[in-house]
Amino acid sequence: MHIPDGYLSPSTCVAMFAASTPFWYVASARIKKTLSMRMVPLLSVFAAFSFIIMMFNLPLPGGTTGHATGAALAAIVLGPWAAVISVSIALIIQAVFFGDGGILAIGANCFTIAIVGVFVAHYANRIVAGNSAVDSRRRVIAAGIAGYLSINAAAFATAVLFGIQPMYFTDSNGAPLYAPYPLDIAIPAMMIGHIGIAGFAELIVTAGVIGYLQKNDISLLSIAQTGVPAGANAAVASGWQSARRMWLVIATMLVLTPLGLIAAGTAWGEWGAEELVALDGGQTITAAPTGLLQYAAIWQAPVPDYAVSFISSEQLGYILSGVMGVGLIILTMLVSTYIAGRITRRNEQSNP
Amino acid sequence: MGGEAHHGKRRGNFIQRTIDALAETLERSLYAEQLAEGGGLLQRLDPRVKLVAMLGFIICAAASRNLPVVVAIAVVALGLAVVSRIPFRSLMPVWIGMFVFSGLIAGPAIFLTPGPSLATVPWLGWQVSSYGVRSAILLILRSEVSITFSVILVMTTPWIQVMKAMRVVGVPTMVVVILGMTYRYIFLMLQSASDMFEARQSRVIGKLSNADARRLASATVGVLLSKSFQLSNDVYLAMQSRGFRGEVYTLDEFRLGRNDYIAIPIALVIIVSGIWFGYV
Repeated sequence: MHIPDGYLSPSTCVAMFAASTPFWYVASARIKKTLSMRMVPLLSVFAAFSFIIMMFNLPLPGGTTGHATGAALAAIVLGPWAAVISVSIALIIQAVFFGDGGILAIGANCFTIAIVGVFVAHYANRIVAGNSAVDSRRRVIAAGIAGYLSINAAAFATAVLFGIQPMYFTDSNGAPLYAPYPLDIAIPAMMIGHIGIAGFAELIVTAGVIGYLQKNDISLLSIAQTGVPAGANAAVASGWQSARRMWLVIATMLVLTPLGLIAAGTAWGEWGAEELVALDGGQTITAAPTGLLQYAAIWQAPVPDYAVSFISSEQLGYILSGVMGVGLIILTMLVSTYIAGRITRRNEQSNP
Repeated sequence: MGGEAHHGKRRGNFIQRTIDALAETLERSLYAEQLAEGGGLLQRLDPRVKLVAMLGFIICAAASRNLPVVVAIAVVALGLAVVSRIPFRSLMPVWIGMFVFSGLIAGPAIFLTPGPSLATVPWLGWQVSSYGVRSAILLILRSEVSITFSVILVMTTPWIQVMKAMRVVGVPTMVVVILGMTYRYIFLMLQSASDMFEARQSRVIGKLSNADARRLASATVGVLLSKSFQLSNDVYLAMQSRGFRGEVYTLDEFRLGRNDYIAIPIALVIIVSGIWFGYV
């Protein structure tokens, strides 16, 4: 969904603009380098395209209807950076001229849909599609999975933005000023609809269009690699190498955000062995289950109980742990694509 | 407003619904252009002044922590709509849409937000929390006020001018140019999409099965994608043959007039006092 104004505090909106800016900057710098002058009409036309397909309401299994955001499709066809720009532009036009999404929330909507959604789709598609032929069935499946994951990741990011509002922004009595629900309500409420309905709209459109293009206009499926359809300007393919460096820096920064790590605070169902006894007041659970004690020592999470010691607010610790988690996910993605790349290269060398 | 399923209420089959949605978008923007030429107060102001002022009012509504200030800003929004001769019947659908959307989201907060109890729902025994009620009202009112200002802006200003004015708030020239071109292509593509659906509609007898509707949607999106790529190549060649070398220039025809010099201090006073009192 597009976040309207009034749901996020002004400071969250500013933070989301700040978070989106480096992506916009890198995207425009990279597109300038690779597509040069072609980019102006190309991006405008694709932004218009992203805008239009948000209006196609398709019937979904179960009797509801939904529309796709097109972020995954743009990521697969245009490549992630051009997709960031054109989906962002479509979102800006929707917010300013059609009241779909707030004006102050443009940064947040671009971050969740045009950045999180696009990159999740891009990586999911790359991992599932692997080195398969452009016209293979596997590409269609990869596109569908990318679409489904993309919109769900965007929804999750939106739910987190909503969920952190009541932690920080309350009036003097503690009544929430913006989106009122904490994370434990916001996340399930948002995800049920997206896992169950909206995800399928994105899946159907993304997979359907890739399947259609395979049959009817396969040259379009090579734009992401080459910048233009069918062959020309192949030098762009190596463009990912330098972007990988940016990801590495971002991931490292995210992971290093909180430097001191000792725990405080408990999440429901995630008690440690001692806490379990303390929580119960020693009435029914007099000693920690021995199985629990036995296994407790095996795995020490690097950031126990999601909270970081030098920060007094438990909620802030939660967020920081989330930020670090994102950093770890990006790092894992980088390592796995690197390894996958090595393996394919080795295979190519062994059977030329 | 968003919501992935907000057109579900429309009757008719998938093709008809999509044609309607496309036509509605066209109509809405044509209507806005028409209003923008009307002789209301805001229509006479410089687009840059309007854009910054509306942004200021929206920030004011978002930053305010107290209900009376948000109500006061809502009154300003209504006043501006009246003096700009924007008929309420064209604002009504926007308000109702936002009310339904925000109401659905904010409704449960009345019971779920911890706080002193105002009343109990008979039979169900749910406690109405006073903080919950306040939060729900704030959320709904704020989102209504913000969307009203953005609708007022686009209904009193030709859209191309809104885009050009974006440069004052730091949007890069290149983005403004892309926005402007996107805006034109949106109408071209709305037309092609709508033609494709109408062509199909005129050949369909009976009801299209859901699976066929989905296939049709994907194929239409695919055709649009091919068309848009062709279009962008054609446009690029056309631009190149007319001397485009990657540099963009926009004509800056904006001039501040007497009305603007009166409007700027008034807007400034309202925004600053709104933010000031909103924080107390």
